[in-house]
Amino acid sequence: MFPPLIVLAMIFFVCAPVFIAWAPYESTMGLVQKIFYFHLPSWAAMFVAAIVCGIASAVFLFKGRVIADRIAVSSAELAVVFGLIGLVSGPLWARKAWGVWWQWDARLTMALVLWMIFVAYLLLREYGGPGSEKLAAGVALFGMANVPFVYWSVNVWRTVHPTTNVVPTLVPGMRGALWWSLVGFLLLYALAMMARVRLEEQRAALERIYRELDD
Amino acid sequence: MKRFFAVAVLIMRKDLRVETRSLELFLTTLFFAVSSVLVFAFGFVRNGRPVENAVAGILWIAIAFAGTLALGRTFERERYHDVLRSLLLAPVDRPAIYVGKLLGILTLLAAVEVVVVPLIALLFQAPLFRHPVLLFLLLLLGTLGFTAVGTLFGAMLVRARSRDVLLPVLLYPITIPVIIAGVRGTAVLLEPEMDLAIVRAWIGMLAFFDVVFITLSLWTFEPVMTE
Repeated sequence: MFPPLIVLAMIFFVCAPVFIAWAPYESTMGLVQKIFYFHLPSWAAMFVAAIVCGIASAVFLFKGRVIADRIAVSSAELAVVFGLIGLVSGPLWARKAWGVWWQWDARLTMALVLWMIFVAYLLLREYGGPGSEKLAAGVALFGMANVPFVYWSVNVWRTVHPTTNVVPTLVPGMRGALWWSLVGFLLLYALAMMARVRLEEQRAALERIYRELDD
Repeated sequence: MKRFFAVAVLIMRKDLRVETRSLELFLTTLFFAVSSVLVFAFGFVRNGRPVENAVAGILWIAIAFAGTLALGRTFERERYHDVLRSLLLAPVDRPAIYVGKLLGILTLLAAVEVVVVPLIALLFQAPLFRHPVLLFLLLLLGTLGFTAVGTLFGAMLVRARSRDVLLPVLLYPITIPVIIAGVRGTAVLLEPEMDLAIVRAWIGMLAFFDVVFITLSLWTFEPVMTE
């Protein structure tokens, strides 16, 4: 499963710059608008990671399956990483498009809050001592509940950030590049998840072996 | 259902009885809230005088900080006497324990706010009580939302390491929407021509978050508190 997916992901990432370069320029923003092909897919991957973490946390809390906990922690880490990419690419674009690095509008504020909830999840797991897996799972549920709020915030409030109406109304040249980048980022997420969950399993197996050795 | 609320009220009365004997939490939290109001008042300074428009923010930050302290110390007291374990051993609905603790802490914070809010109105000459019902609704729903999440996390962290710093680290990102709605709603209340529709919108958002937070907390309290 893993090697063919790596090859596929590499194809997507190698071809992406070509499609992005071929995509038409946006009328007012010019070249800087092409950050869009990184910015939106990384936030999309972040949302997917947040939701997967939330669902896995719910399964871990209510059913006690350990694999769910491993998926949850892996997904939370990836949510933080993809969120960080989104939080850096956004201001880089905003500085040129809006004239400011950051605005405290609904979408940006809630997105930052969502990211911070998953940072808090990781801090709790790292420094909370034994038993913090269940506690962190509780936090992840609140994080997951936040995701639809972030998504709909641009439609409910008048913000400087573009609304969700933009993507369905893209011109064909841009649409192709966007979907290509989106699939590429989601493939990257899936690959990273597989590697990370496997790492978590190996760690647990190693601990078990150490404990058996001690007896 | 009746038993659920009977248990919750019993736990609340237990907490209040313990508190009224010493008044330790109430007095120290109150003094902390007043001190932080002063710190913020002199932190936000323009031309050597406090900024007038900062009142709504100062009020809600004082509530958030004092609330975090009150939550931490309520559960510290529980941990010290191992009360939480006895409560969990009792043959009652776990969510009822959560609601009982929530009501107790809510009452404590309400008592603190009864003193702090008029004090802020006085210190900053802010017409907070021009629309008392709306102010009451904002404070009630905002404090309820904050306390709902705080009670869950406070109980969760009772046995965790680094619990003192982890409580605000976990609590503040999640309750930021509540604080935002509270501050913006209070700021609109303070304007000379208050826009009722905007205040009602913020109150509606507070109510929405309260429902979501309390529901999530009721669901997760039991699995999170068990080993």
